[in-house]
Amino acid sequence: MTPMDLLPFALLGGVLGLDVVSFPQAMVSRPLVAATLAGALAGDAERGLVLGVVLEMVALGTLPFGASRYPEWGSASVVGGALYATGTHGMSGQLAFGMLAALITAWASGESMDWLRKLNARWARAARPLLEQGDGHSVAALQMRGLTADLARGSVVTLVALAVLWPAFTVLSARWSGDADTERTLLAGLTSALGGATIWMLVRGTTGSRLLILAGTAVGMVLIL
Amino acid sequence: MSNAPRLPVHTRLAMLARLLVVQSSWNYETMMGNGIAFAMEPALRRLPGGPNGEQYRAAVGRESRYFNAHPYLAGLAVGALARAELEGDTVSRIERFRAACCGPLGSVGDTLVWAGWLPLCSLVALIAFGAGVGPLGVVVVFLATYNVGHIALRAWVLEAGWRHGLKIAPTLGHPVFRQGPAFIARATAAIAGVAIPLAVARIVGAHPAALAAALAVALAWTFGTALIAKRADGWRAALIGVAAYTLFSIVP
Repeated sequence: MTPMDLLPFALLGGVLGLDVVSFPQAMVSRPLVAATLAGALAGDAERGLVLGVVLEMVALGTLPFGASRYPEWGSASVVGGALYATGTHGMSGQLAFGMLAALITAWASGESMDWLRKLNARWARAARPLLEQGDGHSVAALQMRGLTADLARGSVVTLVALAVLWPAFTVLSARWSGDADTERTLLAGLTSALGGATIWMLVRGTTGSRLLILAGTAVGMVLIL
Repeated sequence: MSNAPRLPVHTRLAMLARLLVVQSSWNYETMMGNGIAFAMEPALRRLPGGPNGEQYRAAVGRESRYFNAHPYLAGLAVGALARAELEGDTVSRIERFRAACCGPLGSVGDTLVWAGWLPLCSLVALIAFGAGVGPLGVVVVFLATYNVGHIALRAWVLEAGWRHGLKIAPTLGHPVFRQGPAFIARATAAIAGVAIPLAVARIVGAHPAALAAALAVALAWTFGTALIAKRADGWRAALIGVAAYTLFSIVP
């Protein structure tokens, strides 16, 4: 894998990382979308979607409340989706490693957002005298600088993560034991458990929600049986 | 304040477009303050003297100070403050408004959007996935559903802010904000029950024993969380779980 091969993914990671906070928060950065797009770019949108679904159930628990720190799923899902989509069908370890790569990247990318917020604060402090004088150009320049830095942040995070994790994916895939079906069962169980628990935490204060969850689960069970 | 002065459509559209980047320079000191000034700036150009006038400069300086809100509801403050600035409201009244509305605009938006609309739309997309819809279809279902609400909310609050000026209480008391979160929570509860088993079934495939095992884990964990009633910090648990599984699988 050459840097030129990684470049389209880095660009996609930058654009989708931008969506998390800076522009336009249309949720193209959600794992469902981002991993599917990365999968499509890598040649297998279906595998990207499967990884996106398991990550989405985890991501339900990390909603971007206020000024809290949270994992950044846009760039992370591009990394996971790209790795899983380029893997070999039926081979074990691929979904698990794709997910692990996405989770590690989500954490690292969340940290990079914290650094960017501190950098934005430094730029805002430096521009304060001009802003206090009502300089409209400084207001626009500060917005554009933050936007550009966030795009660069997401791209660099994606590029570095793929540069490190793609070789690791190749090495670990060869050493992996166990079968792919067990792995899918384990990961589906783990992530749906997390998703279910998150939904419970979100709705438990609402009257009637327990009954509705039970009724919905009954319908879901009937549909899959 | 129902007789709002006329604001040209192109100015409103410019403000709405700028609201999409309201958090571009978000930071721990002024938070989205600069973004608020940026979104309001097209309206402020209409102040006497234009963009080089004294009033424009004073307003930009004032509006770029600390401010925070939910990004989708920031438009309510932008519309209200733009009208107050253009109508020459007193500085003290504008500053009081800025200080008072941060909390409500943050908490109302978090409850309605982050804890309500977003998870609901994710679950709708999971149902589409579980029903066998392809990658493009799932992505379109999610993005279309979510963004109909997203864009409508942004446009509506900007308009409401402009129409009501600094008196935004009636807007915050609208049924969308008062009853919407409970309605969405009920829909989320019902849809989650359908979506999660369907999604698991498609991931696991046609293996009844595996499907039963995955769903048993999911149900046990969910009810365990319900009993303990603590916040589920899911992504860290997932990271630890997948890392442990990875180690177990590669160590000979």
